[in-house]
Amino acid sequence: MSETTTSSIPAAELRRPGFRFDNRYIAPLFLTFILLVSHLSYGILESYWQTGLAIVTALAVELILGRIFFGKWLNLSSAYITGISVGILVRSPAFWPFALCSAISIMSKYVLRFKGRHLWNPSNFGLSVLFFLAAETVAGLSIQWGNYVAPMLVIWVLGSVIIWRARRFHISATYVISFFAFAFLRSWITGDPWQSEIAPITGPMYQLFVFFMVTDPKTTVKTKWGQMLVVFLVAFAEFIFRLMQVVYAPFYALFIVGPTANLIEIWWQSRKANRMAETTA
Amino acid sequence: MNYKRIAKVILIVVFIGLIATPVILRRISARREKDLSTADIQSAINRYGVHFQEVAQSVGINFTHQAPTLDHKLDHIMPQVASMGAAVSIVDFDRDGWPDIYVTNSGEGSQNALYRNQQNGTFKDVAAEVGLADVNQAATGVSMGAIWGDYDNDGYEDVFLYKWGKPELFHNDAGRAFSRVTEKASLPSWVNANTAIWFDYDGDGKLDLFLGGYYSEDVDLWHLKNTRMMPESFEYAKNGGRKYLFHNLGNGSFEEVSQKLGIDTRRWALAAVAADLRGTGHPDLFIANDYGISELYYNDGKQFREVGKEAGVGFSPKSGMNAAIGDILNSGRYSIYVSNIAEEGVLIQGNNLWMPREGTSGDAVQYDNLARDMDVEIGGWSFGAQFGDLNNDGNLDLYLVNGYVSADRNKNYWYDFSKITGGNSKIISDAANWPAMEGRSLSGYQQKRVWLNDGSGKFVNVATAVGANDIYDGRSVALVDLWNRGVLDVVVANQKGPLLVYKNTASPDNKWIDFDLEGSASNRSAIGAQVKVFWNGKQQVQTVMGGSGFCAQNERRLHFGLGKNPRLDKVEIHWTSGRTQTLDNAVVGQVNKVKEAS
Repeated sequence: MSETTTSSIPAAELRRPGFRFDNRYIAPLFLTFILLVSHLSYGILESYWQTGLAIVTALAVELILGRIFFGKWLNLSSAYITGISVGILVRSPAFWPFALCSAISIMSKYVLRFKGRHLWNPSNFGLSVLFFLAAETVAGLSIQWGNYVAPMLVIWVLGSVIIWRARRFHISATYVISFFAFAFLRSWITGDPWQSEIAPITGPMYQLFVFFMVTDPKTTVKTKWGQMLVVFLVAFAEFIFRLMQVVYAPFYALFIVGPTANLIEIWWQSRKANRMAETTA
Repeated sequence: MNYKRIAKVILIVVFIGLIATPVILRRISARREKDLSTADIQSAINRYGVHFQEVAQSVGINFTHQAPTLDHKLDHIMPQVASMGAAVSIVDFDRDGWPDIYVTNSGEGSQNALYRNQQNGTFKDVAAEVGLADVNQAATGVSMGAIWGDYDNDGYEDVFLYKWGKPELFHNDAGRAFSRVTEKASLPSWVNANTAIWFDYDGDGKLDLFLGGYYSEDVDLWHLKNTRMMPESFEYAKNGGRKYLFHNLGNGSFEEVSQKLGIDTRRWALAAVAADLRGTGHPDLFIANDYGISELYYNDGKQFREVGKEAGVGFSPKSGMNAAIGDILNSGRYSIYVSNIAEEGVLIQGNNLWMPREGTSGDAVQYDNLARDMDVEIGGWSFGAQFGDLNNDGNLDLYLVNGYVSADRNKNYWYDFSKITGGNSKIISDAANWPAMEGRSLSGYQQKRVWLNDGSGKFVNVATAVGANDIYDGRSVALVDLWNRGVLDVVVANQKGPLLVYKNTASPDNKWIDFDLEGSASNRSAIGAQVKVFWNGKQQVQTVMGGSGFCAQNERRLHFGLGKNPRLDKVEIHWTSGRTQTLDNAVVGQVNKVKEAS
């Protein structure tokens, strides 16, 4: 999930007399809150041990690779988000998928780079790989917050506030509007009840996807309109996958569209920089 | 090359290796499965000590289950709503010493069958002549299962028939016919039930009855007032049918006491089992619920207390569809097996094997799910399962059936199923919102599991190698020694499929001993009585069950495999009256008939 969801928040920190709060910790705290409340209320986790394994693996891999490649101990909030996201979204009775998914997710940031930027949202990469290659052992989050409206609304509201503060609400909003539009279009095409087409977005998997995955600052394009266009294309790719009856349509859509958009942006910026250099010369 | 470059190369190699890991694991697993699935009959017996041959037709059993046709408002999802009702229970209804088979049907106007054991290797359906065939009508509902117990202690097993409809009690008239005594028994007018068990919860020597609702009892599935009858949640539904506990008053009537005694939930019950899990002398009650958590009720003989969460079995919600108990480590304690759903790429719930934790006992007992550790976790869309020593090696094995809706092999409903079940309660609970199935399969054509227990905490699936290779939509499994040969045969009821009879050929090197109990101060069926067999320094405990698995009841007679060269040390019987009886003269290789000592 989002590598550093709130890293784009202005460096200003919440200051109280004798208390300094780093905005980078809002997302990890929010995710921890969601995890604890939903597990204590609805028992969503396979077990604490498996979620713990996912988190510890993500932190350990980030620490080691950060030290090796950047020569310093990195802030772990990003890795924590990846680990906890894997811990929530992976459903498997086995232990190894949790460790494997976290490890692959973090490593992807160090391996799959182009011109100094990593291309995939880490947890989106790890989850997509596992859903595709380990289908006999791994599934995505199926347990809901009781399928009830109230907890769903609480998370939507809190998530919106956080993402608003991070100045990325436009991304989530564009995705949600696009999802609904495509849901009604699918209903018209397939003849299935529209309620069944909008049903997925009322579940927790989508809440995490909407707030923390598609908004990842490190793996989204830079301009506001570009971000909105890309997330619309993610929703469109998902629409196509859903017509093909692919269960993990949103993950695969982001897996394809996100890096493609990043590569185009990198290429475009590089071309622009070269032209400027030529002009200057 | 500097160290960062070397590190990068290593990182890339490790990264690729990790990504390839699931593929490698899958190949290893597939190769192992293939090795285990290839064996001829003699090799299977030599290697595993058991082989099954499906013999239903050749022994005179030609039964195919029919599903009901419910309200037309459900037409678009009919295969998944009308997906239960194939059930099998074992009884010696005429007391001739040979087990008979009762099997339910669910089509409107369809007939249930009672296969009388002809004692010559064949069976004959006598349901119509004894009055147990014509019990499925839209006006009064269709059968979901049946359990046998001698509720009036007259020596003949009576039958309780639970339905989506009016539950029925039939009195066994000395093995010649059955009289309908439903009104006298004061049973409710309509229950959409999928589980029931006989047990004597208060130890008064009279069998009581537990009945678990699935759909709410105010829903008539043939005449729906509206389509809001589906579960409100895939994992937390509490809008199912109520539970009933009928206290046997001893005069042919029953008093409903569930709420008074502490059983008051509306989860979607699919299976129940009762046994003395804590050594208190009172049977505790375990309920496996679909769309939610399991429930465990401790019973002090007068009151029930739900402790599922405290005991560890009632926290993570799954799709409970089976409840069976077995002393799988020969430790004198019961584990509980609950089946759930596993579908590759969509939903991996895994089945649960709840095992009491070492060092915990009594009210403080804690259960751990060891299904994965013991390799009995993944079945498919699993339904009925039973523990029994299939190869007589002295360890309880596990037989599990899988498969939900087998329709078009090339079209799959799972995408739509996962889409709707993730939705808000208002969406999921209304059948009108569910996408049409349009002939698609939902976890259809699935292999079964025959898990052999190696006695040290591991099970190995040998289903195809030992001949259990059907792919019907299995529902109910019952274990029984059909031909009094000292081995457990397997009878499987399949939804919209044939009744299968798997005849067991076990290794003759392994010995066995059976016990056929009759209570006196305890209920005459001896349901709830425990037999502990001690041999060669080992021990195993089994309970006479008034129903277990999914909509099933095994033979009441208890079967113990003893392995090679057994030396019987001791046999103890703990009756529900509180009496303990020690047998000094039990004989290996025989059915030992035991009457409760007065």
